Amino acid sequence: MSDVVRIISYRTESKDTKTFEFVWNKNVRTGQFVMIWIPGIDEIPMSVSSTKDVKSITVKAIGEATAAIHKLKEGDIMGIRGPYGNGFSINENERLLVVGGGVGVAAVMPAVRETGADMIIGAKSKDEIIMEQEARRHSKNVWVSTDDGTHGFKGNAVQLMKERITEKEYDMIIACGPEIMLYHIHKACDELNIKYQLSLERYMKCGIGLCGSCVMDGMRVCADGPVFRNEQIPMLKEFGRSKRDPSGIKIDL
Amino acid sequence: MNPLETYIGPLKLKNPGMAASGIMDETGDSMVRMLNSGAGAVVTKSIGSVKRSGHMNPSFIELPYGYVNAMGLPGPGINGFKEEMETATKAGMIIGSIFASSAAEFAELAKKMEIYGASAVELNLSCPHAEGYGMEVGTDADIVHKIVSEVKDSVRIPVFAKLTPNTHILTKIGKTVQEAGGDAVVAINTLKAMVISPEFARPVLSNRFGGLSGPAIKPVGVRAVYDLYRELDIPLIGVGGICSWSDAAEYIMAGASAFQVGSAVVSDINIFEQINNGLTRFMKEFGYSSIKKMAGAAHE
Ligand SMILES: Cc1cc2nc3c(=O)[nH]c(=O)nc-3n(C[C@H](O)[C@H](O)[C@H](O)COP(=O)(O)OP(=O)(O)OC[C@H]3O[C@@H](n4cnc5c(N)ncnc54)[C@H](O)[C@@H]3O)c2cc1C
Ligand SMILES: Cc1cc2nc3c(=O)[nH]c(=O)nc-3n(C[C@H](O)[C@H](O)[C@H](O)COP(=O)(O)O)c2cc1C
Ligand code: FES
Repeated sequence: MSDVVRIISYRTESKDTKTFEFVWNKNVRTGQFVMIWIPGIDEIPMSVSSTKDVKSITVKAIGEATAAIHKLKEGDIMGIRGPYGNGFSINENERLLVVGGGVGVAAVMPAVRETGADMIIGAKSKDEIIMEQEARRHSKNVWVSTDDGTHGFKGNAVQLMKERITEKEYDMIIACGPEIMLYHIHKACDELNIKYQLSLERYMKCGIGLCGSCVMDGMRVCADGPVFRNEQIPMLKEFGRSKRDPSGIKIDL
Repeated sequence: MNPLETYIGPLKLKNPGMAASGIMDETGDSMVRMLNSGAGAVVTKSIGSVKRSGHMNPSFIELPYGYVNAMGLPGPGINGFKEEMETATKAGMIIGSIFASSAAEFAELAKKMEIYGASAVELNLSCPHAEGYGMEVGTDADIVHKIVSEVKDSVRIPVFAKLTPNTHILTKIGKTVQEAGGDAVVAINTLKAMVISPEFARPVLSNRFGGLSGPAIKPVGVRAVYDLYRELDIPLIGVGGICSWSDAAEYIMAGASAFQVGSAVVSDINIFEQINNGLTRFMKEFGYSSIKKMAGAAHE
């Protein structure tokens, strides 16, 4: 169902990313997403970055719709529908490592708040890191990587993850971020026999599993995902290779 | 004998349930998935001559009793659809849905669908939200006659015409399809509809209006099939709001030889299996030995 929510506060996370808080009377699981409507511009998918009574979305400005969301202030309204998708399945008895790359950190942050699990935050550069302080409030072990070495480990999040998992044992890795990062997490974890859940992105229209716009190999990212498990990922031939544009034409990643 | 077996003209289906056009059928793998979930056939997304991205989002709205969509006929265009058809036709029966603005264009698309291995073509004469297409060509009897006869002349596979309920001349259009040599009529496409956001004081869909589907439209669809059955001799395929075996039974009793399911795939992608099982049980209990015996039962 479509609702309209009013923004109660917002904060700046990094040079291009902001978090917007609102009250929305829906139960949302970690890893689920919503469709956000900015009238006259677009309706786009956004992960829910806080799932309590006060909900939030964390938006990186990359184009017209995300730039329009960035202009919203306290008291402004936006259209919202959802929540959609399966979300992560988190088991208290598993030793969990949470990996977020870029704005993907926002989608997995609720898992760190809930469980206090160890976390890796990856970004290109120091000024693109988001939510590090918040992660440290909930988790004892937060490790940061930057591609250019301006903060924390110099290298990417997967290189850092590989280093950590040789030193400490984990049962499950959950991750959200650029597809290339997720692809290498899948490769590394398959090799080391560690279970994982990855949150994927494809072009969404209906968001609920009808139109077929977001499919990968017949699986609907919006309704069968966006989170896929280690048993499912190897069957997705399009993962890490190709995606479909709004007309359905396959394009190489 | 399999009681669910049914015929649409020369076409034999192992069960009467098909996946409706526009639902999980834009890619080869999606269609394979629908066939594997128990659909007797899959109708492709309506495909045109050239690539289209469709309307901007919001193109879809969820309501308590259905959905309103204005996808705007997105698709890769007929040439870009070849590879998807190759994948899909290996897994089962595929019906190629096409849209065009002229009879000649329809005929060209139909020929390609036949070459790609489609078991039949379904002419989209009924989409309510794409300018110059769909119901804009499908509510004029002369145009419909020209389209159907030209397509019939250019392919050997059966030709279905999918009609819109957004007209008072539904049965006249149905008769026109029959006179022009059409092999079956599919009814109904979505009902033209609009949703307004009071807070934003504007229609929600970027296209302003779209088409209503889902449970809300079932009685409209059942009535349409009932009316068509009284006037036509060619087979009918019922579609609109089917969520369960009893919805499907209503359409069959109104006169349909087969049915299609669209929106209900949201709640359960394996819905065909459920409907098939329910129908089989019902037919056994109430003594219908075949779909043919049950079709039109509400008229007797
Ligand atoms: C399940 C899911 C969760 C997401 N969560 C977040 C999040 O928490 N924070 C965040 O900043 N971004 C998130 N995104 C990405 C976000 O949806 C895009 O950045 C946004 O749509 C861009 O819109 P734009 O108009 O600003 O840019 P545009 O210039 O219109 O598009 C830029 C790129 O964004 C992507 N995009 C545009 N429209 C869509 C669409 N309808 N569906 C999917 N991708 C689209 C395409 O890859 C496109 O090339 C998520 C995407 C998905 C699928
Ligand atoms: C998202 C969506 C896309 C659709 N696309 C098409 C299409 O491309 N061609 C067509 O003939 N009908 C299309 N339809 C209409 C359906 O095939 C069907 O006629 C209608 O939805 C009623 O059936 P239902 O209530 O079971 O969904 C579409 C419907 C939906 C919901
Ligand atoms: S966005 Fe329509 S099926 Fe996923």
